[in-house]
Amino acid sequence: MGQLSAALLLVALTVGCASARAGQTGGGAAQSSPAPAQSPARGASSGDSTSVDRPQYPSTYKRHPNPPVVIRNATIMTATGQEIQGGSILFRDGRIVSVGTSVAAPADAVVVDGTGKWVTPGVIDTHSHIGVYAAPGTWAESDGNEATNPVTAEVWAEHSVWPQDPQIPLAIAGGVTTIEVLPGSANLIGGRSAILKLVPARSVQEMKFPGAHYGLKMACGENPKRVYQNRGPSTRMGNMAGYRAAFIQAEQYRQKWDKWNKDHQGDAPQRDLKLESLAEVLRGNIFVQNHCYRADEMMQMIDLAHEFGFKIRSFHHAVEAYKIADVLAREGTAVSVWADWWGFKEEAMDGIYENAALVQQAGGRPVIHSDDASGIQRLNQEAAKAMYHGRRAGIQVTRDQALRWFTANPAWVLGLDSIVGTLEPGKMADIVLWSGDPLSVYARAMQVYNDGWLVYDRNDPAHQPKMDFTIGREP
Amino acid sequence: MIAFLLAQTIAITGGTVYPVSGPKIENATVLIRDGRIAAVGTNVVVPAGATRIDASGKWVTPGLIDGAGQMGLREISAVQNTNESTLRGDEVAAAFNVAEGLNPASTLIPVTRVEGVTTTLAVPNGDLIWGQAVLIDLDGATIEAMVAKSPVAMVADLSEASKSTGGGSRAGVVQRLRRVFNDALEYSRRRTDYTRAQMQELAAPAADLDALLPVLRGQLPLIVVANRRSDIETALRIAREYKLRLILSGAAEGWEIAAEIAAAGVPVLVQPMDNIPGYDSLGICYENAGLLAKAGVKVSLVETQTENSRNVRQQAGNAVAYGMTWDQALRAVTLSPAEAFGVGSQYGSLEAGKVANVVVWTGDPFEFSTGVEHVFIRGKEMSLRSRQTELLERYKTLPPKY
Repeated sequence: MGQLSAALLLVALTVGCASARAGQTGGGAAQSSPAPAQSPARGASSGDSTSVDRPQYPSTYKRHPNPPVVIRNATIMTATGQEIQGGSILFRDGRIVSVGTSVAAPADAVVVDGTGKWVTPGVIDTHSHIGVYAAPGTWAESDGNEATNPVTAEVWAEHSVWPQDPQIPLAIAGGVTTIEVLPGSANLIGGRSAILKLVPARSVQEMKFPGAHYGLKMACGENPKRVYQNRGPSTRMGNMAGYRAAFIQAEQYRQKWDKWNKDHQGDAPQRDLKLESLAEVLRGNIFVQNHCYRADEMMQMIDLAHEFGFKIRSFHHAVEAYKIADVLAREGTAVSVWADWWGFKEEAMDGIYENAALVQQAGGRPVIHSDDASGIQRLNQEAAKAMYHGRRAGIQVTRDQALRWFTANPAWVLGLDSIVGTLEPGKMADIVLWSGDPLSVYARAMQVYNDGWLVYDRNDPAHQPKMDFTIGREP
Repeated sequence: MIAFLLAQTIAITGGTVYPVSGPKIENATVLIRDGRIAAVGTNVVVPAGATRIDASGKWVTPGLIDGAGQMGLREISAVQNTNESTLRGDEVAAAFNVAEGLNPASTLIPVTRVEGVTTTLAVPNGDLIWGQAVLIDLDGATIEAMVAKSPVAMVADLSEASKSTGGGSRAGVVQRLRRVFNDALEYSRRRTDYTRAQMQELAAPAADLDALLPVLRGQLPLIVVANRRSDIETALRIAREYKLRLILSGAAEGWEIAAEIAAAGVPVLVQPMDNIPGYDSLGICYENAGLLAKAGVKVSLVETQTENSRNVRQQAGNAVAYGMTWDQALRAVTLSPAEAFGVGSQYGSLEAGKVANVVVWTGDPFEFSTGVEHVFIRGKEMSLRSRQTELLERYKTLPPKY
């Protein structure tokens, strides 16, 4: 019993953090063009940098061939405000074709009976360490924190991701179709994140979400100052000085490169991977995803962002977001929160169930995230918990809003909201068929489609992917 | 003060009552008098002057019991000074009873009970033998007022985590445990020799060996943490050898040998939402609790995360989603843990004479849509306030009024 809680604590303390992921295009991610669902990422967009024009670890993701599918007579929650009784949804070639009560399907469509079942968009987690803290969880799989320097903007989470992590199929069985994998929170600036389609693959490149840009993980508070207490930063003021020093360097680096890119006078400036990541944040091409628990620290980080002219896309964990919900709404910064984690350290003491609901009420953008390979399997349950507690406190939260907490809103945080996160014609066919109301504790994902591919079927072992780790080890 | 409170008579009327010890009763009354349940049924006469609680349309159950965690012993995990659950440096801490480390003022206690959990185990942490766990009700101004039973069980660890206590080998761990047990028995037979210093050095201090005697006499249960199938089998083997009253905790791969556990009559404490594989539990899966129950094992469901002990509700709901029956799951968070911890005649069901730990819910206790309307602990109605509800009140409208 103690072992289990000790393990959870370890995760919370050493891993728990938030990282960043990049959007489609700087700033205006919501208006970005849809990603090509069936072709690999355009050029090197997954790894682009204005410092170089060569491909950098480009996405090789390819849509899995799949016949058209129509799910009939289900309750369809679109995450656009509709809950359609007796609804049908047709998708083909990885795209949603139509959603409604009268949907015509081609003769070659696979017909799935959705009677008594619910359909939602695929679940999206803005905060995962799957692949970088893989099971079975020994030192050998501990690849999430490059805790050798407080600023390691040069590391990329994708270079740690183990695509055979046995936690991947578990998350898929929870309805998850897209994740942001972040470096841990040991560092002030932990490195670039990876946005992945959650599909079985031989390499992380085959999982990289086409067209997605990178994000940058930053972390406030207790973790960095604890990890670096002997060499600094050892205080919160030391943390702030560390971010500022890094971005001052990045401003100079950006100026040098912007000038050279414009006039090509003389030799190109020396490349610096760390400053390249930070300069991309300043250009708006990489989104900051900021692990930060306390309200007052989030206010400091907002001022840091103002000082250097970037936006924080989402605070992560943000257990005190409700104390500054008005400010967060005004800033347009999302918050990726848990429904009920609290109390495992001092900066998490003030967590309350109503956090997400209060942020919603203030006009902000709540996201229910996991930061946990177990919790990622039940993001629908966590959202339900947060919604119902909010309602009991008298805060109006609709079922659609709660659904958006683990679909459309995380899609926005990742800059992918024009591509995934809702059930609308033209969107990528990331779809979950649930055994019942997804906001019930008893609902299980029965089928999960990722880009139209049936990656999981609870009733069909042929559609229950196993990782190499599991092979030959099953009882 | 306690006496005053115990003088209260409370009638919870009109609800659907789930006594757990029997089938549900529609439109029934639960009568509470002097901290105990006085009567349950449809023909209960409500005495004049009783406080009436209208539970029409509500569900009434025993208070939930979480048989895990460090409630009252751990305020903030990361702050060492608020942790009381570990006797550091003592690998065989059998004499370590956690009761006097309990903090009745812990903020976790109201946070937990307002969600319908009224009783928890307070479990020590440690190395090989962790110490003695106690059962507490989540109310009381003093330690004495909170403790429901002390000790409830001795706790030992035969999982991967205890290997260092056996020189890095599971075999070493078991051999050391046998040495400790054998020395305890030897010591009990030769106390005079011991006081005359006529015995060779024992495997643990006399106080710890003394504390193990009730375990070795079959009076005090031994909770053994074991997850790998072979470790569970080792625990069963040791229990047979020494005729112990074993309780398994964790038991991630228990479903693989469910029949064997059932045949041994050993209760099991399971956290059903665990399914992340490690080398200690490659066979871990959501179906564990349901498969164990189906095989006839006495299953209790637990939430090990102390500050979220309230999520034992969600654990139970998920156990149902993955194969337990709803009735089994309710029993697994009420009467089954009460029985496992030796208080089945006092706790865990709504029956006349039992301690009046009662919860009134708006619906199914495992569902997120369900709220808690009333919580009674030892017959006293609890406030539904906690530090968290007060933070909510303060910040519900911004800016806050300080």
